[in-house]
Amino acid sequence: MRTLAIKAETLTYVYQPYGVVALDEVSFEVGEGEFVAIIGQNGAGKTTLLKNIVGLLKPTRGKVLVEDLDTNQFTVAELSMRVGLVLQNPDQQLFAQTVEDEIAFGPRNLKLPDSEVASRVEKVIAKLNLECFRREFPLGLAIGDRLKVVIASVLAMRPHIILLDEPTMGQDYQGHHQTMDIARQLHQEGHTIVIATHHMDLVAEYAQRVIVLCQGKILLDDTPAAVFSQPEVLRRTHIAPPQITQLAQSLPPSLGFSRDALTVVELGEAVLDKVNRRESITKKQKLTLVEKARDSGRYDLFQEGR
Amino acid sequence: MVTKEPYISISNMSYRYPDAKHYALEELNLTIYKGEFVVILGEHLAGKSTFCQILNGAIPNFKGGEMKGSVIVGGLNTQEVSVAELAQKVGIVLQDPEAQLFTTKVISEVAFGPENLCLDVDEILERVRWALQVVGLASFEERSPTSLSGGQKQRLAIAAALAMRPEVLVLDEATSQLDPVGTMEVFALVQELNKKYNVTIIMATHKSEEAAQFADRILILHQYRLIAEGVPQEVFQNTKLLQQVNIRSPQVSQLATYLEERSLCLSEFPVTIEQVRRGIEQLFRRGENCEL
Repeated sequence: MRTLAIKAETLTYVYQPYGVVALDEVSFEVGEGEFVAIIGQNGAGKTTLLKNIVGLLKPTRGKVLVEDLDTNQFTVAELSMRVGLVLQNPDQQLFAQTVEDEIAFGPRNLKLPDSEVASRVEKVIAKLNLECFRREFPLGLAIGDRLKVVIASVLAMRPHIILLDEPTMGQDYQGHHQTMDIARQLHQEGHTIVIATHHMDLVAEYAQRVIVLCQGKILLDDTPAAVFSQPEVLRRTHIAPPQITQLAQSLPPSLGFSRDALTVVELGEAVLDKVNRRESITKKQKLTLVEKARDSGRYDLFQEGR
Repeated sequence: MVTKEPYISISNMSYRYPDAKHYALEELNLTIYKGEFVVILGEHLAGKSTFCQILNGAIPNFKGGEMKGSVIVGGLNTQEVSVAELAQKVGIVLQDPEAQLFTTKVISEVAFGPENLCLDVDEILERVRWALQVVGLASFEERSPTSLSGGQKQRLAIAAALAMRPEVLVLDEATSQLDPVGTMEVFALVQELNKKYNVTIIMATHKSEEAAQFADRILILHQYRLIAEGVPQEVFQNTKLLQQVNIRSPQVSQLATYLEERSLCLSEFPVTIEQVRRGIEQLFRRGENCEL
């Protein structure tokens, strides 16, 4: 059986003093090496869930296991070698004077020898192309680079599980893809990725599995195609499928298009395929006409078929 | 309703932040008409936020720096009047709501602006309740802004701007943290303010699908300059330019381009689901292929 990365058992989390139930008896498992997107309306519980996994919040009831460690019994520091969190706003987790120091902070706190700290810093700097910024002030960098520094400092702790909470804030289209490409690369290297996001086109393109949260409960848990094929259910948690999927769903059923196209290329190819097939059918009909004309010697049919 | 009455006139305007080597906006010439719904697209650091802040006078009045040319908003030259005076004409919603929320209660956050106009208490309360109602936070009056989710904070920031009953509402990526339906709701809300109350809307965003659906006009900023403008269909049809400046077209426009590149043309270039659906239906009714 596949090793479990994360297991939540009837996880309930209540924010005080207002008594807001942010997570309501949520149970799920994430296997090692999965790429999971968490979607759901503002306030659905996405951030609360991620904070419970990383141990920043402890369950009000129920429990969370991270690689078999019960988060109730371990500190954030102890969990930080297994699971790392990239916050929604990178500026909330940057504080050092230089990029190098920022990245070294975590490993130093593990009381690793200096040589090991230095080697980890070098590795993540190379991995995320931060060489030219290593002595820069992290908060002075552009948003995309600030985010890279945060990801680098998380990676320096060598966690297997990486959680990203809407890592696309304040970024443009290119920035979104850059971030998601980093997540994909980490996934290919064996990391378990859990990412909360509102960008459904990115979910469709990158995620293997989607957990849909609604008012603290899991509404759906399936592949992107299966999840986006249920727009009515998604609407309950303020999610609309990617525009291209919405288009596929709005085409008349008589045209026979699949209703769960996830990308522009997928639907584009389907349209081209249908057009080509129809043309080849027309050609075939024409050929039949030509053959009939030849057989029967009828000139009018021959003209029609030409 | 878009009128012929210019409300914002920007002529030969260039602006440089204090101590900056380069201009953050260069040689901008632009007229925005009363009642227009204008969307600004541009990649990160193209100058969108700077543009938003020249409209309410925060630039140059708060930020300093060097401004050439002029910005006239509602008949006021932004370099000659105070930001407080402009605040009655221009409401602004910042990208990071946490940068503009500072009170301990939702209700006092929204009341702050009108209080500073020295309005009657009844008038203030009426404006606050209306604004919270409009953004869907009516039941949150007593909550602390810090206890709200990211999206709720963005709505609150919009409510605070609305309570000033501005003639122009400037939104700087004000839906960046909202869920898809929340984003649509804010666009629909802004459209309602535009249509019903004739508020001129200027909205910087990366969300091209909503922009295509709601904007009267789209402006494209790239490297501190205004490089293109037009109705959504014109702008999104220029696929080459958009790729160069890293702007994502609506997925339906991407689809049309994908088909066009493979010699299959739709009868009109689509920017909305409705338009592309019509185009595809026609394709299978009549079998139109373009000849390239």
